[in-house]
Amino acid sequence: MKKTWIITKRELASFFDSLTAYVMVVLFLGLSGIFTWLVGSNIFVNNQANMGVFFGIAFWSLFFFIPALTMKMVAEENRLGTIELLTTKDITDGQIIRGKFFACLILILISLICTLPYYITISQLGNIDDGAVIGGYVGLLFLSGSYVAIGLFASSITTNQIVAFLVALFIGIFFHLLFDVMGTSTLGILGSFFNYLSMRVHFDSISRGVVDSRDLVYFGSIITMGLYLAELMLSKRNWQS
Amino acid sequence: MSIIVENLTKKYGEQKAVNDISFKIETGEVVGFLGPNGAGKSTTMKMITCFMAPSIGNITVDDISVNENQSLIKKKIGYLPENNPLYFDMSIVDYLRFTAEIQGVSKSDIPGRIGEMIELCGLAREKHKNINELSKGFRQRVGLAQAMIHDPEVLILDEPTTGLDPNQIVEIRKLIKELGKQKTVILSSHILSEVEATCDRILIINRGRIVADGTSETLRSQADGQESLTVHIAPLNEDLEKSLLGLGSVEKVSAIEDKPGFYSIQSKPNMESRKAIFDLCVKKKWYLLEMTGIETRLEDVFRDLTN
Repeated sequence: MKKTWIITKRELASFFDSLTAYVMVVLFLGLSGIFTWLVGSNIFVNNQANMGVFFGIAFWSLFFFIPALTMKMVAEENRLGTIELLTTKDITDGQIIRGKFFACLILILISLICTLPYYITISQLGNIDDGAVIGGYVGLLFLSGSYVAIGLFASSITTNQIVAFLVALFIGIFFHLLFDVMGTSTLGILGSFFNYLSMRVHFDSISRGVVDSRDLVYFGSIITMGLYLAELMLSKRNWQS
Repeated sequence: MSIIVENLTKKYGEQKAVNDISFKIETGEVVGFLGPNGAGKSTTMKMITCFMAPSIGNITVDDISVNENQSLIKKKIGYLPENNPLYFDMSIVDYLRFTAEIQGVSKSDIPGRIGEMIELCGLAREKHKNINELSKGFRQRVGLAQAMIHDPEVLILDEPTTGLDPNQIVEIRKLIKELGKQKTVILSSHILSEVEATCDRILIINRGRIVADGTSETLRSQADGQESLTVHIAPLNEDLEKSLLGLGSVEKVSAIEDKPGFYSIQSKPNMESRKAIFDLCVKKKWYLLEMTGIETRLEDVFRDLTN
């Protein structure tokens, strides 16, 4: 755990040194702010004191932002050869991947914390369902965790950041949208199977404020799977022949 | 702190980058891996440093096998990879702290170790710079500093002097020699003079196999079975080459191009022809203007073995 945290610290420092962190927070706040308060079906159009609008926006903006954060994580180390430096030190491949995972997740958590003023403002405007707000934030965190894990896997299979970004989006779009569409357009067991795979179904379920073990298992499996595959790709050098 | 490599093989697809090599390195030795590009030097190093697992064979460092406890081995080894990859966005001090933390240097020792490394590698004036602002020579020193930060017993340096200017090369060599007094050092190079200047022992690797193993003197003397001479004789005459060949001890005579009167002569194995050549010149009333014995250079040994 200590080693993992060393990696997390370095990656976070690198986010803040390279301005990535500031750009991420500003863009995320800007986008979600504009759509929550100013344009489209914003909070005043809905005339309801809830954060549903914000969660709907964040659901999409995180989907695009996260691959941009994760794309360089392993790909850049592979390209520069710094991975050789790292893996020959007293640290395991799993610790490296998990360290990077937590760094991304902490940055997203920081962005989410920056949206707390939205909650405070809305709670002044009317009666807000606190359970749904907490559920929404927890849902966003689980969703982010899943996409970070997928993004790290995508980054670990290539040395090219653009490829890593696109692969992460490609895998992500299945969970984000396509399984949902397939679920509603197919009937029977297959339909409910696709439905189970859809990120939206689980996200909606959590953001209603209901914590269901099925949702936790779903997000937990995607995160575990993504991290496991990323670690596997990183250790490929050992069994490659 | 010995390193034992047994029947080490690494396959990349069909190709064997390292093919069944075995050797043993004792504590305190400075060993040079010498070989043409693509000979398997780096691959061998990558396996010793636990970057890659061997396809076949075993490596033990201080009686610990790479197949068993990598964590312990990694702690004992300091590694400078080829091309010296570094995190360019970090400052020297931050970077050294990061590597020290990963290598498990205790928190209270870290500032001291960083100070020592900065001193030892001559980085004092640059220590707060970002690595991307440094020249290649200084980056190389940072690479050495990060390899030594946890005071490892073994140092493995993959082409430590590539891309440096001649002054920097001399400095890095001096540093390696200095380190070699306390530590086991393995370095690789395809520059012969470098290995000759810094290493106690040389392993010549070619196409994944060890083709020679010994000090530079033993390698030279192995190849030194036949005496080679260059002579300059005047006046020019046609009889010369034939008479030289007529001497019992001479195996081969060839005129040196573009230098009339110069001949290179090779004696038969274990025979000496200098006196005979002198006597011949006296007898024929030629002038012997020059006679030089050619010491076999490591270059020639290397070329013989790897061609």
